[in-house]
Amino acid sequence: MDMTFGDAELAFQQEVRDFIAANLTPDMKRAESLNASVFSEPEAGVPWQRALNAKGWGAPGWPVEYGGTGWTPAQRWIFETECAHAGVPSPTPMGVKMVGPVIIGFGSPEQKNYFLPRILSCEDYWCQGYSEPGSGSDLSSLKTRAVRDGDEYVINGTKIWTTHAHNANMMFALVRTSDEPRQQDGISFVLIDMKSPGITIRPILTIGGDHEVNQVFFDDVRIPASNLVGEEGKGWTYGKYLLEFERGSGIASAKLRKALHRAAAFAESEATGRAIEDPDIAIRMSEVEVDIDALEMTELRVLSALQNGQNPGAVSSILKLRTSEIYQAVSRLAVDVIGNDGLYVEPTRPLHRLNAPPAIPEDELAVMPTHLNGRAYTIFGGTSEIQRDIISKLVLGL
Amino acid sequence: MDLTPSDEQRLLRESADRFIAETYTTKLREQNAKESFGFSEAIWKQFADLGWLALPLPEAHGGIGGGAIEVGILMEAFGRGLVSEPYLSTVVLGAGLVAEHGRDEQKAALLPKVADGTLRLAFAHAERAARADLARVDTTSRKDGDQYVLDGAKVAVLDGASADQLIVSARLANNGSGSLRLFLVPREAAGLTLADYPRLGGGRACNLTLQSVRVPADAMLGGDVNAYPAVEAVVDRALAAMSAEAVGMMQTLTDKTLDYTKVRKQFGRPLAANQVVRHRLTDMSVQVDEARSMALRAALKAEADAAERGRAASGAKAKIGKGARFVAEQSVQLHGGMGVTEELDVGAYFKRLLAFETLFGGSTHHYRRHAALSGRPV
Repeated sequence: MDMTFGDAELAFQQEVRDFIAANLTPDMKRAESLNASVFSEPEAGVPWQRALNAKGWGAPGWPVEYGGTGWTPAQRWIFETECAHAGVPSPTPMGVKMVGPVIIGFGSPEQKNYFLPRILSCEDYWCQGYSEPGSGSDLSSLKTRAVRDGDEYVINGTKIWTTHAHNANMMFALVRTSDEPRQQDGISFVLIDMKSPGITIRPILTIGGDHEVNQVFFDDVRIPASNLVGEEGKGWTYGKYLLEFERGSGIASAKLRKALHRAAAFAESEATGRAIEDPDIAIRMSEVEVDIDALEMTELRVLSALQNGQNPGAVSSILKLRTSEIYQAVSRLAVDVIGNDGLYVEPTRPLHRLNAPPAIPEDELAVMPTHLNGRAYTIFGGTSEIQRDIISKLVLGL
Repeated sequence: MDLTPSDEQRLLRESADRFIAETYTTKLREQNAKESFGFSEAIWKQFADLGWLALPLPEAHGGIGGGAIEVGILMEAFGRGLVSEPYLSTVVLGAGLVAEHGRDEQKAALLPKVADGTLRLAFAHAERAARADLARVDTTSRKDGDQYVLDGAKVAVLDGASADQLIVSARLANNGSGSLRLFLVPREAAGLTLADYPRLGGGRACNLTLQSVRVPADAMLGGDVNAYPAVEAVVDRALAAMSAEAVGMMQTLTDKTLDYTKVRKQFGRPLAANQVVRHRLTDMSVQVDEARSMALRAALKAEADAAERGRAASGAKAKIGKGARFVAEQSVQLHGGMGVTEELDVGAYFKRLLAFETLFGGSTHHYRRHAALSGRPV
């Protein structure tokens, strides 16, 4: 067992660094450092995804035949770590990491041929239609209905918390196609063109002041029946498969470490009156850093298991639970570090479009909105309470 | 980069787990508690025969040349069984100091005997006024002809009464920076008084007083140079080993609590049918998993440079200390009234985990050290 890189790994690390140096523009970098939402604005995320795709790195996790990189887990680790360290944009995962694997796993040859290249190139911008106003954690109670009419489905209902619906031209959604004794059995996985007549989008501002999520209404929206993925009534299985990706696919510790380094830089600045000299802040910084160390080691243990073809088990829920909690601990600490500057409210969005200098140091602008919006981390993708239910079932056998 | 255990490491884990499961029963623990040294000489002999005492010692001196990962594998199994044999005292601390800091002739004289089980060592370092400050030593050593004269008092010397030789830390008379020295002192030395006591969670410890204890000049371990870097390195490796031991204890407690809450019924259903109980168990298992990651990290960094090694060791001690308390307290809580009795061994694990948290400084101390080693003013 060792944590050091071999020559091939070091060479790959250099290749990633060179790629980032050549492709990460100052505008992208600034947009990312002032991003207070979970994912980057399309104006930063799309060009970055396209640069990755041009290099052949558009979807590292996909099978090679569909455009994956075939990287070893150590290479994926190096890639994610270097990207986080450099502060590259975080495009929404809805295309590459979420609908992509479902189409690869369960889609028709036509769907694969048509959609996969468009996901890689961001020609399609995807959003996810899962939650509904009455169906949050209890997702399988969802009511949005798709009724077969000839070679079309007619969709009525509403979806909520739809990240970047206002940017997307495509949605993948779970809809009810039949009423079965077990409500999961009546759910299907469909692909919806967001320009279809009958779709209305209502923005929802989160408490940090950002427009990232929406409610989407469907009023007799017609989609071709060929936009059903896999079999009718199997959508729940596909959706769960995808949620596993959402929970466990990420290598999150590198990003958390980057966020902690930013908080530490604030704490060492004159702007915060050198908050680091408060021993309470200094020790909390070590507490969070150690939590990130533990998360990193768990991620590396999972990667090593994967490298040996072993199933890492239900650890994806543990990673999701801890990642979200540590994310919030970092953002809470950053808020405490900037002190009074946290009182300043900047209404301009996105923040990187701000023209006039704000009343506080510009690089502190995202701290408070990030903290506020970030309360969602322990809620989306299955709340921490749901994660604990899953862990108690899968890990503890309860 | 690869965290997959080697075949040798897998085999070591299997044999250690099997030995603990088959041999180290509650009955044996109760017997050991009645032994004057707090452990079984016969088991110690078995450790030697299994090659476990030689495991981390250098090959040049009768050892097997294993590292912190191998020690961690053993210690995790020892934690599961609440082993009270003086492995940490003799092999990790005692032999570790000899290997790290000793002169070649000292290594040649002492290490093969540790490996074959005929020599036991203990590290007499902590003092009352120092609390967890590893650098603070008030015990003095004065050169007198071809002897050193030691005066002072030590506390919490693990397994001191069963050791053949004590490694005693002391300041030179000038008391300047860099004046820390280590001395090999026979347990029977004149002027040395041991107050031996049963240790929380199993095994024994003692307090020492040294009144004009005379040792020959060549009893100084290593050369006439500052011993503090060696002490720090060996204690960091001990923290890694103890972290692995704590993982074994935490895992066992969580397993026991899980089993109990599945069978114990109240209000007509198992305790584990209640979500509040399930989530508590989940949080315990998450703490175990994080502890496992931190113990592994401390072991992997055991030979890194001093700051990196110290950050990993203190990070592990701090985080696992916090997690250990949570797991131990919740295990007692979920066992209800039985949890606070001696009729179950839950309390034994609780006490041993408290001893882990106490030794070499608790979580607060180690978060502070971590911060200091990270360049944060504390």
